[in-house]
Amino acid sequence: MNIKFKQETFRGDFTYRNSPENIRRFPFPFHEDKYMYSVNMEPHVPAGPKGFAFESLIDVDEHYISEMHDRALVLKEDPLRCQALPHMMAGQWDVLELIMEQQAAGYPEHFSLTKNGDQWHWINRPMGIDQKFTFGDASTLPYEPMEYITRQAQGDFCIVDQRDNNLWMDAGMVTTQADWSLDFDIGMNFMEWHGPVPLAHQMGVFDRALKFLLNLQQSKPVRRLNWTMTINPRLDTSPENYPKWGPDRMTVTPENIGDKVHLRCELQSLWRLPRSNAILFVIRCYLLKMEELVQVPKWARRFHRVLRDLPPELADYKGLTKFRPMTIDWLSKYDDGAPTSSGIFPE
Amino acid sequence: MLVQGIKSRPVYTGLAIDLQARRHLFALEGEGIEALLDQVKAVGAQFLETSDILCVGKLPDVKAEYMWSAPTIPVLLNRLNVNLINAKMGTRLYLSGTEGFIGQAMKIALDQNIDFNSIRTEHRGSTARRVQCVHCKGITDDVKTSPFTCAHCGLNLLVRDHYSRRLAAFQGVCIDAEQPGTAPAPVVMFP
Amino acid sequence: MSINTDMAVQVAAIIQVAEKVKRFRLVRVDGLPLPVFSGGAHIVVSMLDGDLLRRNPYSLMSSPTDQTAYEISVLQVEKSRGGSAFLHEKLNVGDKLTISQPLNLFPCDVRGRKHIFMAGGIGITPFMAMMDQMTRESSNFELHYAMRDRKHGAYWQELQQRYAAHRVKIYFDVEKLFIPTDAILANQPLGTHLYVCGPSGMIDGVLNKATALGWPKQNLHSERFLAPLPGDIFKAELKRSKKTITVGTHQSILEAVEAAGIDAPYLCRGGACGQCETSVLGCEGIIEHNDIFLEPEDKASGKTIMICVSRVKGQAITLDL
Repeated sequence: MNIKFKQETFRGDFTYRNSPENIRRFPFPFHEDKYMYSVNMEPHVPAGPKGFAFESLIDVDEHYISEMHDRALVLKEDPLRCQALPHMMAGQWDVLELIMEQQAAGYPEHFSLTKNGDQWHWINRPMGIDQKFTFGDASTLPYEPMEYITRQAQGDFCIVDQRDNNLWMDAGMVTTQADWSLDFDIGMNFMEWHGPVPLAHQMGVFDRALKFLLNLQQSKPVRRLNWTMTINPRLDTSPENYPKWGPDRMTVTPENIGDKVHLRCELQSLWRLPRSNAILFVIRCYLLKMEELVQVPKWARRFHRVLRDLPPELADYKGLTKFRPMTIDWLSKYDDGAPTSSGIFPE
Repeated sequence: MLVQGIKSRPVYTGLAIDLQARRHLFALEGEGIEALLDQVKAVGAQFLETSDILCVGKLPDVKAEYMWSAPTIPVLLNRLNVNLINAKMGTRLYLSGTEGFIGQAMKIALDQNIDFNSIRTEHRGSTARRVQCVHCKGITDDVKTSPFTCAHCGLNLLVRDHYSRRLAAFQGVCIDAEQPGTAPAPVVMFP
Repeated sequence: MSINTDMAVQVAAIIQVAEKVKRFRLVRVDGLPLPVFSGGAHIVVSMLDGDLLRRNPYSLMSSPTDQTAYEISVLQVEKSRGGSAFLHEKLNVGDKLTISQPLNLFPCDVRGRKHIFMAGGIGITPFMAMMDQMTRESSNFELHYAMRDRKHGAYWQELQQRYAAHRVKIYFDVEKLFIPTDAILANQPLGTHLYVCGPSGMIDGVLNKATALGWPKQNLHSERFLAPLPGDIFKAELKRSKKTITVGTHQSILEAVEAAGIDAPYLCRGGACGQCETSVLGCEGIIEHNDIFLEPEDKASGKTIMICVSRVKGQAITLDL
């Protein structure tokens, strides 16, 4: 499968668009017509129709080159978006190996990895990279291993250490986040970094999720979907840059909803890492404009119903309050009340 | 009283002398001295014979093996770092004073790879917060209101109930980013 | 949906390394590399002993980065329930076994300024992988290794040779040489971590001493593999499966459940990980909680049980399985 990579922007003139094929591979996060928190984890194995975002376990799509360019811009402005505490070096190498192996396995025409003992050779054709290096020797790479490979992989990446029956956010590359700060949260445990999330603590969601993840096994990654909404196709909605993207929320009008309002889905996958016994937490962000979303009638109906019936605390936490009524109104035109099939895939 | 229920904020459970510890190292600031004196009342003065007490300013009126007064918090933190480098397992660290002080002293200990769960802490004194501006990363000490003006970049910051042990600070986020100039008036929330 | 990631392996070598201790070298049948692991990890070995399926956990002792083979060392236990006897007496080079993916319930805290390992007897095995890993990471460690005598002790010569006598200190019970725990624990720099693996009595002794010397529990790590204890025969009613099974004297509930062809979740099979925790719907008798996972109040409630090691003294138990 040869991906045709697009050149587009996630800032300024916002030229980001999904091709028709790319719309149908979007990991739509609602399996029924309502939404509430749950420990909705399932094995991270290939699933869905051909070409769906679950086909390869580290997904690469038509936005790859542009997303990597946007990441480089973010890091230039704010190098603190990529940090690792000193004890996380083994985990960094684990992540480098995992991403290289998965991308080479999923997209052999674009990536290749050759290992000869600890002498490795990595080729990334879309980005024009040909790198020979010694696995385990950070001085043979231009960046530390996690930064090196996550400048070549879509999505945010956190390495979570396991100690004392808890998980600790001790390293990460975070440039496409939904309003949380790695620089602030690094070093926190599972309950702490989820501290600001409303409702879920009382529901015991995090206790159950933590118990589950502490026993996560090698070679059995799991995934879940999370979501929010973003005005304009902006990947970097960090708290750091809130003054830059916050004003966007005031620009939504009934006329521009289809183009400006995006459903932002996070495909989160979690992997037990072999050398470090840490867990890699991948948070891959996908953006879909409302006018792209309604091209799949099932998704249009369902998202209308989800948004309409969302508990207000959740709408508030996700920052939807200002444009939610307008968007529900806009979406209602695409909801004829017909029943929807269960599951997330298009009909 | 500190606001309860902030998941990311340490729980300051009290100094509670660990009588199994072979040495006790105290770093105290302001009213933190009172927390130590309360422990003497509760369990007797014997533990002081194996205690090093570092204080910002006035020393408590007790007799310990060693007591030292630092003129300022930064000077005390430097000294605490040296003590920790030389300390042996079996030494228990006790911190008491304002939250900003406890946080900064704990940061020194974390950098020496001491697990924060083994550190005993007691909050005393003002509930003012130490806040990091998430935008410019500057830290403003002694914040009593929300919103407040960042001492570094001048943005109006809402103080979120989200605390970083590593930075020893709460998070400050611009309150009027969506519509600049619409920040509400500051309200005293952390006297 | 449960995905089977077990691996078929073949015994490539069996070496008698000391009195009653054999080392088994396992290679993959499909020739693929074995997964890298972290020091302290174990695997669950499934072995078909006649008609009987036995599953026992063993620590991995080979180099964590060696993907050509896994090595485990097994002590022949008198009155063994069968796992160690099978491996020692019936298993031959070339025989096939099934192993699980590595799982680490005894990881190092790599933030430590220094790491002290204390091993008793066959408890040496996880430390062999840990020391290999720490050497690569240039971490500061030392090993104190107690054995019955020179004949029964495994690997002590190799370890002293590889890591030098100042880092590997050995003690033999019969020579009245014991680990000077008090002296060792008295003078370690703040930020040191202690790891103990060996007989339960040794682990308790060392941890109690460390606590008495003011070591906080965050710096203390131990691993004990609890073999399921034998006991009386009792019945287990599996409510959801609508079956009643008999749990034999030398059988755990989990083993009896598996023998009845019912899938129950498990990971460590040693009462440590919590994976096989099962709700108790009723009990005629007293639950003997042999695990180290449940909190005392959970055990007292009688509402939950770790079926890999715990059992019933009495007539019967009803489980949500």
